[in-house]
Amino acid sequence: MTKSDILLDIKGLKIEGWSDEKWHPIIKGVDLTLRRGEVMGLIGESGAGKSTLGLAAMGFTQPGCRITGGQIVFDGVDMTTLSDAQKRRYWGNRMTYVAQSAAASFNPAHRLIDQTVASTVRFGISNEATAKSDARTLYSALNLPHADTIGDRYPHQVSGGQLQRVMTAMAMSPRPDLIIFDEPTTALDVTTQVEVLRAMRKIVEEFNTAAIYITHDLAVVAQMADVIKVLRFGHEVEEADTRTMLAAPKEDYTKSLWSVRALTKPERPVQENILSVRNVSASYGKVPVLHNVSIDVPRGSTVSVVGESGSGKSTVARVITGLLPPQNGQVMFDGDPLPQALKDRTKDHKKRVQMIYQMADTAMNPRQTVREIIGRPLEFYLGLTGRAKDDRVRELLSLIELDDRFIDRLPSELSGGQKQRICIARALAAEPELIICDEVTSALDQIVQEGILKLLMRLQSELNLSYLFITHDISTVRAISDHVVVMQLGRVVEQGTKDSVFQPPHDPYTDLLLSSVPEMDPDWLSNLKLPELT
Amino acid sequence: MHPIVKTVFQRLGLGVVTLFIVSLIIFAAIELLPGDFGQAVLGQAATEETVAAFRRELGLDQPAVWRYVDWIAGVAQGDLGTSFSGRASSGVDRSRPVIDLIAPRLENTLFLAGLTAVVAVPLALFLGISAALYRNSIYDRTVNALTLTTISFPEFFVAYVLILCLTSLWPIFPSLSNISADTEFAERVYRSAMPALTLTLVIVAHMMRMTRAAIINLLASPYIQMARLTGASQREVILKHALPNAWAPIATVIAFNLAYLVVGVVVVEVVFVYPGVGQLMVDAVSSRDIPVVQGCALIFAATYIVLNLVADIVGIVTNPKLLHPK
Repeated sequence: MTKSDILLDIKGLKIEGWSDEKWHPIIKGVDLTLRRGEVMGLIGESGAGKSTLGLAAMGFTQPGCRITGGQIVFDGVDMTTLSDAQKRRYWGNRMTYVAQSAAASFNPAHRLIDQTVASTVRFGISNEATAKSDARTLYSALNLPHADTIGDRYPHQVSGGQLQRVMTAMAMSPRPDLIIFDEPTTALDVTTQVEVLRAMRKIVEEFNTAAIYITHDLAVVAQMADVIKVLRFGHEVEEADTRTMLAAPKEDYTKSLWSVRALTKPERPVQENILSVRNVSASYGKVPVLHNVSIDVPRGSTVSVVGESGSGKSTVARVITGLLPPQNGQVMFDGDPLPQALKDRTKDHKKRVQMIYQMADTAMNPRQTVREIIGRPLEFYLGLTGRAKDDRVRELLSLIELDDRFIDRLPSELSGGQKQRICIARALAAEPELIICDEVTSALDQIVQEGILKLLMRLQSELNLSYLFITHDISTVRAISDHVVVMQLGRVVEQGTKDSVFQPPHDPYTDLLLSSVPEMDPDWLSNLKLPELT
Repeated sequence: MHPIVKTVFQRLGLGVVTLFIVSLIIFAAIELLPGDFGQAVLGQAATEETVAAFRRELGLDQPAVWRYVDWIAGVAQGDLGTSFSGRASSGVDRSRPVIDLIAPRLENTLFLAGLTAVVAVPLALFLGISAALYRNSIYDRTVNALTLTTISFPEFFVAYVLILCLTSLWPIFPSLSNISADTEFAERVYRSAMPALTLTLVIVAHMMRMTRAAIINLLASPYIQMARLTGASQREVILKHALPNAWAPIATVIAFNLAYLVVGVVVVEVVFVYPGVGQLMVDAVSSRDIPVVQGCALIFAATYIVLNLVADIVGIVTNPKLLHPK
């Protein structure tokens, strides 16, 4: 390896962030070497510092962060010694960035193609006409529909998966030496993710561009990266080439990341139905969203509803809870029909069905303490007050494996996983028989996810709870369900026991959904043949 | 039909409905005013018969509902009625249509508002954008402090300070804005300079601070970070990436301040003896000249409605999500 082979050489990098009135270390001395044309995967939980490191590779720090030590040598130039104006000569020119949420990262006021070519034109890499025609070529190389005209649209006029590909085209437009991909597919549906991954890998290979690919999803990074570096708490855990890393991770922490997917659930005896949704159709205004949906939930079991965004799975939850009265059909609970609208339901109806949401953050009043949050349903549904209420709050806390110290904390003083546990305790406080879990683990890291899923399963076997588990994550479904319902465009396309749904033969859509889930095999994407949907 | 044209017509329709409701409120409020014109004009010594005859001449003996219907029907045809002053019972009929009283005054008011706006709006935008560009610098703090100071003083105080400086110490402008219909344009501008300057100082702060806040508010957006990561300079980030998304709140504040220039400047008019519509209305209220009060109030309400409509339209045409639906 000669010296000029090395494109990026980071040595002993230290970065601090300002919060709570003092500086906290985020990156605590990390080395990183990237050769030309090489793709490195950076993985770790949130808070590991992977995004901060990715941005730092461009010499960029977010407001409120500062570099306190080390070097970032890009093609022989130490970025830490450059002024902002000098660094701007590199950004959007020799190094580009692909952000996690393309929908938020495109300026809503400008057309896509103008944004795609902006930096290419600014740096005089080519003139506007050439850059635009090249952008159209890139769009078509990235399999975007209507590649000739899609650039004339505004960001809100195209889908999330398409925007992510347009952003890749934008990153590729100046033909950079280095692209930073910052969780580019995390916000996408699994079937869209495959398309985007393919497109990105193809184009990175075609132009032999070096890249840093940041993600928390191991299976995804396995498809993209030549080398994988694992980060935790701002330190490097280990680095190895992808195949070695997947086959034989050295460190315990890396092994624990790998083992999350191995969660399984013992079979449970089948009991009578606690909930049955019968032939329900519903619509938002004039737009129909559910068509003749029937779902049964046996007592003490977990029924998972899977599907992409727009499949109507959350709408099913709104119908069950009475937030959206259906146009046709009925919801039966414990053998009796539930009144369709929430206002017609008794306190007892409401008590027996509770809900847990995806964003624990927004599901809690930020100005209430844990004691008030959990105490409210105790008072409202069970009439507990004073000492009895307090004792019950403590009992619930121990049930969700948090100790008494948390009782006077505010939501802002809790981690993401702890917040979700408090939401679970709040649902349990009403002593429900059915809990609807709407994407409850989607916003959490894999290790935290595992903790929450284990907790839910333990509670189920102790309290004979039933769960309706809404998710788009197939590996979660495999881990925890007894029954699986697959939804697409407001219809149930397939349902049955987990084994019967996951064993072939499948419905074609189920097949597509299952085969789109990345596997921990570096050759998976290359060998993948997706079923055609008719 | 483009959805925006449709929206504009909808808003216009709503504006007419609002104006109708406002007319009811104006009429009802004036009904509730104590005293009446007959008594006020004829004085304590007038006999009851004289007052009754005078009231009959003005139509004040009719029930309120009839008078409202009569008035609003006239308004719908562009006739604001006839002033109560100078009626036949005082000897000769010298009464004038309300519209003839208001029109020249309104023209003066609009001239002053226009003159102020031409100076104040670009100035506020420039100060707001540059303050956002050099956020937290000495420049930013100075501009903020100065504009806050001028807005914190009452208008008449600002006016008197300006009179002291620009007409007494350094006599540049006249202290009385004595204009009439046949004053020439340049002369008009010169004589209106003092009130315009006062009003500029009063309204610039609000618009400038909103412009600055609207832009800075957007600087935390992911697309602004993205713009920086494509090598855009601070100037380009502010002008090309933040400003186009900030027009809606800025336009709302500008509309609000322009409406104030038309309807709320009576204090400044009094200080500079400027013959605007504000003074006319105050005089009409004190002499219980009901048709003139109603006419002014209706025009003020219409000004608010139209300017807010314009602000809404600016908000719509600068929002691609509304301009280019899916």
